[in-house]
Amino acid sequence: MRGRKALLIDTELCAGCNACVDACKEENNQPDVETTDLSSISYTAVIEKEGVYTRRLCMHCEYPTCVSVCPVGALEKTESGAVIYHYEKCIGCRYCMQACPYSVPTYEWNSTSPKVQKCTMCHARQKVGKIPACAEACPVEATIFGDRNELLKIARKRLSDDPTTYVNHIYGEHEAGGSSVLFASSVPFEKLGFPGNLPMEPLPNLTWDVLSKIPRFSVFFGAFLYGVWWVIDRRIELADNGTENNRFNQHLLDNEQKKEQV
Amino acid sequence: MQLPFKITFWRVLLAIVWLAGTYAVFVRFTEGLGAATNLSDKFPWGLWVGFDVVTGVGLAAGGFTIAGAVYVLHLKQFYPVLRPAILTAFLGYSLVIVGLLIDIGHPLRIYHPMLMGNAHSVMFEVAMCVTFYTSVLALEFSTVVFERMGWDRLRKWVSKIIVPLVIIGVILSFLHQSSLGSLYLIMPSKLYPLWYSPLLPAFFLISAISTGCAMVIFESHLSFRAFGHRLEKNILRHLGRVMLLGLVLYLILKVQDFTTRGVWDLTVLPRMETYVFWLEMFLGSIAPIILLSIKRIRLSTKGLYICSVLTIAGFLFNRLNVTITGIEASSGVSYVPSWMEISVSLAIVGMVVFLFALAVRYLPIFGNPLANVKKITPPANRMTPKHNADNITFDSGTATGRDVLSS
Repeated sequence: MRGRKALLIDTELCAGCNACVDACKEENNQPDVETTDLSSISYTAVIEKEGVYTRRLCMHCEYPTCVSVCPVGALEKTESGAVIYHYEKCIGCRYCMQACPYSVPTYEWNSTSPKVQKCTMCHARQKVGKIPACAEACPVEATIFGDRNELLKIARKRLSDDPTTYVNHIYGEHEAGGSSVLFASSVPFEKLGFPGNLPMEPLPNLTWDVLSKIPRFSVFFGAFLYGVWWVIDRRIELADNGTENNRFNQHLLDNEQKKEQV
Repeated sequence: MQLPFKITFWRVLLAIVWLAGTYAVFVRFTEGLGAATNLSDKFPWGLWVGFDVVTGVGLAAGGFTIAGAVYVLHLKQFYPVLRPAILTAFLGYSLVIVGLLIDIGHPLRIYHPMLMGNAHSVMFEVAMCVTFYTSVLALEFSTVVFERMGWDRLRKWVSKIIVPLVIIGVILSFLHQSSLGSLYLIMPSKLYPLWYSPLLPAFFLISAISTGCAMVIFESHLSFRAFGHRLEKNILRHLGRVMLLGLVLYLILKVQDFTTRGVWDLTVLPRMETYVFWLEMFLGSIAPIILLSIKRIRLSTKGLYICSVLTIAGFLFNRLNVTITGIEASSGVSYVPSWMEISVSLAIVGMVVFLFALAVRYLPIFGNPLANVKKITPPANRMTPKHNADNITFDSGTATGRDVLSS
């Protein structure tokens, strides 16, 4: 987690001006249409709920489910913390969308060569030393960008300075192993539409616990099946031989008896 | 004008379904998934994943079950249903791949998992297993074709490797049948708790095995009605017992799982999920277990048939509940497949039935595959099972385990 970057979004500060949405669209060359939720042409959206404004965007999980489930490694968690997408690998199976605990990735449903679309935390801008467009555009610093650890400190300070306003919870600090997008809010997060039933451990562990056992299982199971086959096969063979030998002995016996008779 | 075939109700139905399916596939490939399906960003996996792939693979589980029984366990009495089971599995898997090609956004990149696989992805594992297992099935089935064509050397060559081949097939099947359940392990917050369980892989594997047996019983009956092939009564009874064993094991595990996770209270909530859950459990578990426990039903052909239909129906409900119903609540949208999605799925089912009928007509699938086995000398062999069904030749010392393997 050294030097991982993150975004901190504070619903107390957000005035719902949509400057972040506009900046995001401009940065990603997306059409400027009214945005109420994520879509293949909107990487972020400002949503009003319970009297406050909150944002939807990729959480850039520390242990991303999408990266773990992609069968071709089309999604990648970069050193900086951003989760990015490689279109040229993608087969369009949509497992990332299905598995994402925040239902963030979107799909170009009306394209015959569809892409999965989601926030990249402005990976391209970060590479040239700039900060994500939304954080840069925000006039009231409701979205700020920085080191994840630094942002956590800032958030904790805000929570402890004003415990009556804020709920004592930084969303994204531990959810599903933590994320690179953090939220502070005065309204309980479940009421804002954040999933409240996420385990605090990284979700990919749930499958890796099973998947990691496969090589060993295959070898042992294969050996076991072969053993079963061999034992039964051998027994049948012995049984067959047994009867054959008996027949042969019987034959000899018969011959001797015949000789005696002669 | 004289048509080369008779027009029957089923043929007309098949033609309609294929026409509709072809149109739907055309729309899907010219205008994208959005135009043909009711899928959305909130509900990215629908009928094509839930039925064509997840259910389809499970229904084809008879292939590895019977092959394993015949070749690994030397249960030669199952031989007469081996070929239909392998044929079903081979067709099933082939059509699962067709369904997958229609569903994924970039079908031309289907080889990508081979080149850039991600070992942490269950989907990657399933893709690999399905690929390899379909090849295994093709080889297992090739003996039938070679026999029909009289290509003896090829047939013998495959016969030589059939045991390792079947063992590999059984391992691959165990892996991916269970992994279809593992696909959902990573979604504890998305799959409704009646279905989400750490035991999902075990549930998927066990239900696939009992449903595999049910499918063999089911299709033996249908082929009996359609083609007049003799019903292997004794075999069906054996299968019925294996099926019962699987169903009971499944139920015990389910009870154990519900108790450890403490979700019994969910089973009485007046919700959509509860109703379909009980429907699934009643059809696919409770009813067939009760029926199969009654000896008279377990031994009767019709009873077995009804039980197999129930088991298959329950299985269908289970897979669709996991893939569709169980996801709806967390997705926040309700999903009903479009007519185009349904018609493609039906067209695929129709294709399996059609190809099965075609294969039965032109290839030695049913009947007496051991008739040509060269008889060997030792008579009366106590290891060979005795059968009442006159269609089986293992009795009275014509063939032993080794002959089955090399035939």
